[in-house]
This record gives sequence, C-alpha cells and structure tokens, in this order.
Amino acid sequence: MSLLSFYSRNSVELLALTWQHVYLVVVSTGAAIVVGVPLGIALTRRPAWRAPVLGLANVFQTIPSLALLGFLIPFFGIGAWTAITALILYALLPIIRNTYTGIAGVDPAVREAGRGMGMTDGELLRLVELPLAAGVILAGIRVATVVSVGVATIGAAIGAGGLGVYIFRGVATVDDTLIMAGALPAALLALAADAVLGIAQRRLAWQR
Amino acid sequence: MTAAVDVRGLAYALPGDGRTLVQNVSFTVGPGETLVLLGRSGSGKTTTLKLINRLLEPTAGEVLVAGEPTAALEPTRLRRRIGYVIQEVGLFPHFTVAQNIGLVPRLERWPADRIAARVRELLALVGLDPAAFLSRYPHQLSGGQRQRVGVARALAADPPLLLLDEPFGALDPITRVELQREFRGLEGRLGKGMVFVTHDVREGLLLGTRIGLMHEGRLLFLGTPEEFRGSTQPEAVAFMSAVDPGPATEGPQGPRKSF
Repeated sequence: MSLLSFYSRNSVELLALTWQHVYLVVVSTGAAIVVGVPLGIALTRRPAWRAPVLGLANVFQTIPSLALLGFLIPFFGIGAWTAITALILYALLPIIRNTYTGIAGVDPAVREAGRGMGMTDGELLRLVELPLAAGVILAGIRVATVVSVGVATIGAAIGAGGLGVYIFRGVATVDDTLIMAGALPAALLALAADAVLGIAQRRLAWQR
Repeated sequence: MTAAVDVRGLAYALPGDGRTLVQNVSFTVGPGETLVLLGRSGSGKTTTLKLINRLLEPTAGEVLVAGEPTAALEPTRLRRRIGYVIQEVGLFPHFTVAQNIGLVPRLERWPADRIAARVRELLALVGLDPAAFLSRYPHQLSGGQRQRVGVARALAADPPLLLLDEPFGALDPITRVELQREFRGLEGRLGKGMVFVTHDVREGLLLGTRIGLMHEGRLLFLGTPEEFRGSTQPEAVAFMSAVDPGPATEGPQGPRKSF
C-alpha cells in the first residue's frame, strides 16, 4: 500500500494524530517557557543557584526518553500528561540555559548605566535585559520545540497518542509505509516549527 | 545656597575581607562647581562616585545631595536626581538616541511631548543636530557622538548633580580634546555641581574648578588648580611632573639634545 493511498483512506485519523502531536508539543513547550524563563532570570540574580539548577536540568536531558516515560508512569499513569511532563523536563534545559546566557551576556556597562540612572530591577529587566536577550532566549525555545516534536513520537508508547502511533504500529507489524506515515509528518512538523521560530527569532532579536 | 553634594567622612570597606577602599573622604561641591577627583587607578575615585549614588553603600559617613541625606532616599529615586556618565557610555543598543536620552523622563512619566522637546534641546546642547540624530541607533554613532549622547542622557531630568567617571577616557586624543573644550563651555552654562573622575592631570586642570587628589582611598589634597600646581604634596608633585617632565637630565640614553 502506498503512502498516499494510506493517507487518503485514513485522513481523519492522520489529522487527529497530528493535532494530538501538536498539542503535546505546544502544551509542554508552553509550560517549559513559563517555568524556564523565570528560572533562568532567577539564576542571573542568584548565582549560587546556577550550578544546582542547570545541573538538575542537565540530568533530565541525559535520561533516555523511553526510560524517562517509564519512570513517570508510577506518578502520572499512562496517557498524555505523562508524556507532557517528560517533554517539559526535556525542554527546560535549553530554555533555562539560554535565558541565563542571554541575560548574562548583556554588556555590563549597559547594566551599570541603567542602574546608575535609577532603573529599578524590574525596569532594567523589562526594558533592557529581556529585549537584548530575546534572540538568545528564542533560540533556546526553538531548540526545545524541535526536540519536543521528535521526542513526542515516543509518547505513543505510553498511550499519549500523536504521530508516534503510526510509527509504533509500523514497527510492530514490520510495515515501512506505516512507519513512514508517522515519521514524515513528524519531520515536517519539526521543520515547520524550526522555520516559524527562526523567523520570530530574527524579528524579535535586536540586531545591529 | 545648598550644595549640589556634600560628602562627610565617607568610608567604604569591602564586605568580604574588610579591605578599606575609601577612607574619611569629605568635600562639598556647589552649583556651577566642578570637583575633579584625580588619582591613579585603584585610588578610590570611582568607588567614591558610586558611594554618592549608592551603587555602593557607604560603611561610614554621610552624603547629602541638594541638601537631602542620600541614606533617607530610595536608591532608584536618588539616582534619577543624579546624572551619571561612565567611560564605556553604556547606551542602550536597542534604543534610538532619542529613547536613550529620554529614558529617565520616561521612567518619571513625563508626558511624551515634553520628553520630545527636552530631547531636542539636549541634543542641541551637546552639539548634535536633532534632525540627524534623533532616530539613530548607538552603533551608528562615532565614539565622540556616543559620549555626547551619554552626557545628554545624564542631563535629561535636569539633575542638580552630575557624576562623571572618566567620560572621555576611551576617546581618541583629538576627539577627547574637542569634547573637553566643549564640556568646559557647558560647565559654566549649566550651573550644576559636578564630580569628575579622571587620572589625566591635564584634563583635571582644564575642567576642574577644584582638584581633589586621591591616593589609597584618602583625599590627600583639595584645592584650586592653581594651588594644585604649587603643591608640595609628593603625590601632587608626581602628577605634575607627569604633565611636564621638565628639563631631561640623565635619561636612559644619556643627556638629550634639542634639535
């Protein structure tokens, strides 16, 4: 059976799985941004937290994704929330690290001038540090998103749905077309996310 | 008349090892006066400036800005009343010249038209054509233009006191002399109290109405440029001889001949 005829016969399912996939990625990356960006900012204010926080985020990255899902099942059961939790843990490191790096990379003279002119910490952050770090922070979000699209395929192993469903089904039945039916749209999603965030990064980043 | 700044028995010791960076420094700067703090690197000049605007907290002593004790003010409120210019300028690279200059008025919530008028006025004051420079970004400016914008930015909210930390130190010699001359003209017109840090004794003598010589955290000498030239204080003599080495006698290559 060719890929095209498979898609034409299963278009509703394809759309549903793609939607699930996007949902897993958007919710997890969104949550990772909500947690990671403030944490990255906190690290620039509390240098002592830097090593433990980045170290912990690093540890999550080193756990193989299938194993991480397995570890989380006792806590969250099977289904989308376990997959989302795992994806959040994976996305945290690039987001925290890039937020920290972006803000720490702001010219110290600019920061001193801002402080010396009487900017509060919040004003300095909002008007100077975040705009100047935006490009680097978005680069971290971009990496996190693209990685999430890939890792989310494994979510199918624990009943989270997504395009991984086709891949696992194809592996189980030794059906290349079925594997391709999941892998191809997942790859396209990753490319699309990369392109869109790349444009956002260029737009938002201050450039000389 | 209230002094722009009144510094009394100021001291600062590092929080860690308790090393003293500034010890018992006192001076008063009135409106229209420029006190030049002269000294070698590490003599405590910059630290003294930062103690005035509370980028560092004094361990002893008192500072009054326009008659008010700084310790009683919120540091951010205090700093908005003090112009601050640093050697690296520190313009915000993502702001235009107009946004850079208008920052403190914007933080103070001035109406937009008043900010715009003030920005134009200040650009003209520092010798930059408003029409040409308002919407430029810092990276589109030369070093000298950047520091002019830095000075304009410090003056934006019309502070009674200006702190300048080697503002012309990073400029090429020709631009530096140009800016020093113009700054000299500004001093008289503005009528503000200024504390100007430099290690360049020529600059100090040109711009200061008084010279304060700092060495190892102490103020060794405080007086007019004339008094400074005539001082027998060894550190002052060392600085003066750096300007005018006098007739060379036994140099490394033996006595020199004039051409």
